[in-house]
Amino acid sequence: MKVLLSWLREFAPIEGDPADLGEQLSGLGLAVESIKPIGEGLGGIVVARVLGLRPHPDADRIQIVDVDAGDGEALQVCCGAFNMSVGDLVPLATLGCVMPDGMEIARRRMRGEWSNGMLCSPVEIGLGDDGEGILVLDGDHAPGLPLAEALEMGADVLFDIEVNPNRPDAMSVAGVARDLAARQGAPFSLPEPAVAETGLDATDRLSVEILDPDLCGRFAVRVLDGVGIQASPRWLANRLTALGMRPINSVVDVSNYVMLELGQPSHTYDLAKLAGAGFRVRRAVDGETIETLDGVTRALTSADGVVADSDDMVVGIAGVMGGASTEIGGDTTSVALEMAWWDPASIAASARRLGLRSEASARFEKGADPEVADLAMRRFAELLADTGATLAPGMVDARGNTPERETILVRTGRVNGILGTDLTRDRIGELLGPIEFTAVPNGDDLDVDIPSFRPDSTTEIDVIEEVARMHGYTRIARTRPRSMLTGALSRRQVDRRTVRTAMIGLGLDEVMPVPFLAPGDLERAGLDADGITVTNPLVAEESVMRSSLRPGILKTLAYNASHRLAGLGLFEVGHVYRHPEASQPLPDEREYLAVALAGRDAGDAVGVWSALADALAARDYALVADVVAGLHPTRTARIEVGGVPVGHVGEVDPGVLDAFDVPERVGWLEVDLDTLLGVPHGDTPYQQVSRYPSSDIDLAFEVDDAVPASAVERCLREAAGDLLARLSLFDVFRGAPVGDGRRSLAFTLRFQAADRTLTDAEMADVRRRCIDAVEGSLPASLRA
Amino acid sequence: MDLDLDQHLADASALIAEAADLDALGALDTELLGRKSVVTEARRGLGDLDPDRRREAGSRLNDARAALEGLLEGRRVELEAGERTVRLEAERMDLTELDRGRRLGHRHVVTQTWERLEDLFVGMGYTVAEGPEIEDEWHNFGALNFPPGHPARDMYDTLYVDYGDPLSTLLRTHTSPVQIRVMETEEPPIYSIMPGRVFRSDTADATHMPVFHQIEALVIDRDITFGDLAGTLEAFTTAYFGAGFTSRLRPSYFPFTEPSAEFDIRRPDGSWLELGGCGMVHPNVLRAGGLDPEEWSGFAFGFGLDRLALMRHGIDDLRELFRNDHRFLSQF
Repeated sequence: MKVLLSWLREFAPIEGDPADLGEQLSGLGLAVESIKPIGEGLGGIVVARVLGLRPHPDADRIQIVDVDAGDGEALQVCCGAFNMSVGDLVPLATLGCVMPDGMEIARRRMRGEWSNGMLCSPVEIGLGDDGEGILVLDGDHAPGLPLAEALEMGADVLFDIEVNPNRPDAMSVAGVARDLAARQGAPFSLPEPAVAETGLDATDRLSVEILDPDLCGRFAVRVLDGVGIQASPRWLANRLTALGMRPINSVVDVSNYVMLELGQPSHTYDLAKLAGAGFRVRRAVDGETIETLDGVTRALTSADGVVADSDDMVVGIAGVMGGASTEIGGDTTSVALEMAWWDPASIAASARRLGLRSEASARFEKGADPEVADLAMRRFAELLADTGATLAPGMVDARGNTPERETILVRTGRVNGILGTDLTRDRIGELLGPIEFTAVPNGDDLDVDIPSFRPDSTTEIDVIEEVARMHGYTRIARTRPRSMLTGALSRRQVDRRTVRTAMIGLGLDEVMPVPFLAPGDLERAGLDADGITVTNPLVAEESVMRSSLRPGILKTLAYNASHRLAGLGLFEVGHVYRHPEASQPLPDEREYLAVALAGRDAGDAVGVWSALADALAARDYALVADVVAGLHPTRTARIEVGGVPVGHVGEVDPGVLDAFDVPERVGWLEVDLDTLLGVPHGDTPYQQVSRYPSSDIDLAFEVDDAVPASAVERCLREAAGDLLARLSLFDVFRGAPVGDGRRSLAFTLRFQAADRTLTDAEMADVRRRCIDAVEGSLPASLRA
Repeated sequence: MDLDLDQHLADASALIAEAADLDALGALDTELLGRKSVVTEARRGLGDLDPDRRREAGSRLNDARAALEGLLEGRRVELEAGERTVRLEAERMDLTELDRGRRLGHRHVVTQTWERLEDLFVGMGYTVAEGPEIEDEWHNFGALNFPPGHPARDMYDTLYVDYGDPLSTLLRTHTSPVQIRVMETEEPPIYSIMPGRVFRSDTADATHMPVFHQIEALVIDRDITFGDLAGTLEAFTTAYFGAGFTSRLRPSYFPFTEPSAEFDIRRPDGSWLELGGCGMVHPNVLRAGGLDPEEWSGFAFGFGLDRLALMRHGIDDLRELFRNDHRFLSQF
């Protein structure tokens, strides 16, 4: 909502410089986005008459314009716009003039031709947003006349205010003025229009029937006679332009002016064209059509409210747009002026469905004032009086349902309890009075009646907010809650940090791809194409929610590889989303860790896993060879912790890498953190360090390739028993003298007792047991 | 006694000084002090002397032996030091050759900001709550006092997913649904923050992403006031941004808080920056969370997390955070 300072001052004697007023408005919740002085800096800009137009010899986009700037001589100016004709009056910024944006006009050559000034567009002189063409002035003015005089533009200030959706009252100049006056303690009043009533009473000339009282809370109609269409006076057109509306003609402009000033939209019907001189307000029948004012024939549904004539033909879409059949024109004399209150939700749905959002529908959607119509009608007539229009007595005022406005008990203790203030009952009343919330003492508390223009305010807490706003948020003393609680991260959150810290320690960089995928990404990564889809995606590339971190990281690797960034080690911690196995209210959403080691192999990926297992003290894990779609078929293992599968480690399938244009081998780890961090891990019972010497045994076995090293290890552990302190695989060897299809696995076993030194006999015994166990249960033999 | 000990010592001293290595010195040790050495032989001849001369000659021999031992030991120390020097010299390394730039990885700049905020609020006595990124319509809107058709729903460009009934399930547009989830699972007093990923149907540009991050705080206790909100935000502002930063509240509108406010921070240079939204938890939201608004009151505030990351590092384009260019990631 834009407002002019001069307009605000018609309602209250508002004081202060523009910057201070901007602060005050923001402090009221009317956030000021910009403050623009207008009508200033126009000195040096004069009215000039176009004498001739010539093409520029060396430029297509510039023409040469000869103008008379008041001395009768032809002055040559180069201009990039082509919308003027010989004889037009246009604004000329003369040499030496400094434009509102600070640019100084100087004589200069444009492609070899002299330009002695600049012709101005509306935007260059702070009049509206149209920067396309030169402003062609209406009316007759003497060349040389200062532009500000020709336009009747006095110095003014334009505030652009962001109005929150709960404040439809502030979508009017009067509403903004009311708040600002309240803040300043200045008297606020709505001017009483001076308008005489004459002619036949409207109630004898019109009828209104509201068939759907939930749709239409009020449908008020008055009649104006002697209406002629003409141009609006300059001052009115200037104000509309400043507030961002284009002047059209006297009737449309007054309608817009009243809407901007008082917040009440209106619609005018040519009374002669209205069949039966009656209105029927109802919902549309599915399939019903109307040709709207913009010449488009629109199909309606029962969701749309309509205004029909006495023959039940639709003559307008409620609150959205009028119909062509009753449009006022040059032959119009008597006009039916409608001011209505519509159900906000209905208008919002209708405007959205029809794609017809307007200044009027925006006000109805947010909730207009059902009681301002009387004033707004008379204001309308007053503004149109100079054109010869007269207001007929009487108003046809049909009522439907408007929201019940109950008196609200506002408890002084509650106000202070919520705000942390120490306001008295009477002070609260004083704060509310200027914004027309009437407060009547009720014991220690107040009974408050809410004004009709504040549909947002319906409960005690709403009134408390008004008290806070009027008191001033910044005047409320700052305190801190006195909590007895201690803060902490949860075990899960600490574990998540441990995961990240481990990855960082391994030299891996964290990535954060967006969780949206393109259709086909999951399949390319070897995954099921069952990702949850976005109903209303912005682009198809972002229409599938990831069910795995794999496609996102592979895309990241490909992106970096295309920038010659190879050999990267990356990880991501993030959510994946899956259709659940059994029906549940929300998808199966899990947190995963994924690691990609470009240029490295499965062995490096296993190293990342074992480091992670160590960091989380998840010691009881097993790697089980596995075949998983999308991962390398002979280099992948399932990770089980405490017997529970938690993820996979290995490499990405080379075919998948080709599909994603990743040029290197990729070591891979993916872990379901929800599962991993849910199985027992972390602190294990302390074991006292033995003070007795330890003894080592080295054993090398030839083992069939089909037997995993972990099986040999498990066998050795079982055979070695409690005295085993440490076991490690220290060498793997393939080739002669080891037979084909076998390899040598060499282990070191360290033995130690807590209470004695082990004897040679004990060591010989355990060595024998270990060898017998491996040779006896596996296709393996001790190497000599 | 015809042995000239002085001469012998002089000769031996020259030999010792010339010993080139520890092996040669060992041979000299045997030659000069061993069983067949001059001093050992001389000691054997002492028995033939009368007691007085024996004492005198014995004393001279002991002195000579001690002198030889001293010379040998001195040379040994010298030679050992020399050999150590040679051995260590052979081990010389050019460490600059060996600096291969081995590096730790880097937390994503969003994670760094996220964890910094968590730590700050944990220090202020808060716990950290989380919730699903795909939410139901009730938690994201209904419970937060946005009835169906409420115009304020238009403030959020919501992305829905094909799950359950049409338009029943969505990508959460803010972290506020976690407020409801916390109220559903925990008894007050509640002092929690809720960082998380949120979604809007926004085309990516320098200041918008369809995916971004927010952090939200919820306090519910007895007698919590708007003054407590203002004071908590001021404490946060100073703690996070530093001394010289202050905050202010301006009236605003959110369906789930009332009174509602925008909170701005003032930089040391006097300029203001709009940071986020806040307010007292709306009674309807407390009721939706199963709490009696006459017994409990609370405040909530929230703001964009990514923007703080951009501000800290002077990054001017939000999209950089999600492009995952390694040259970007490895800077933080």
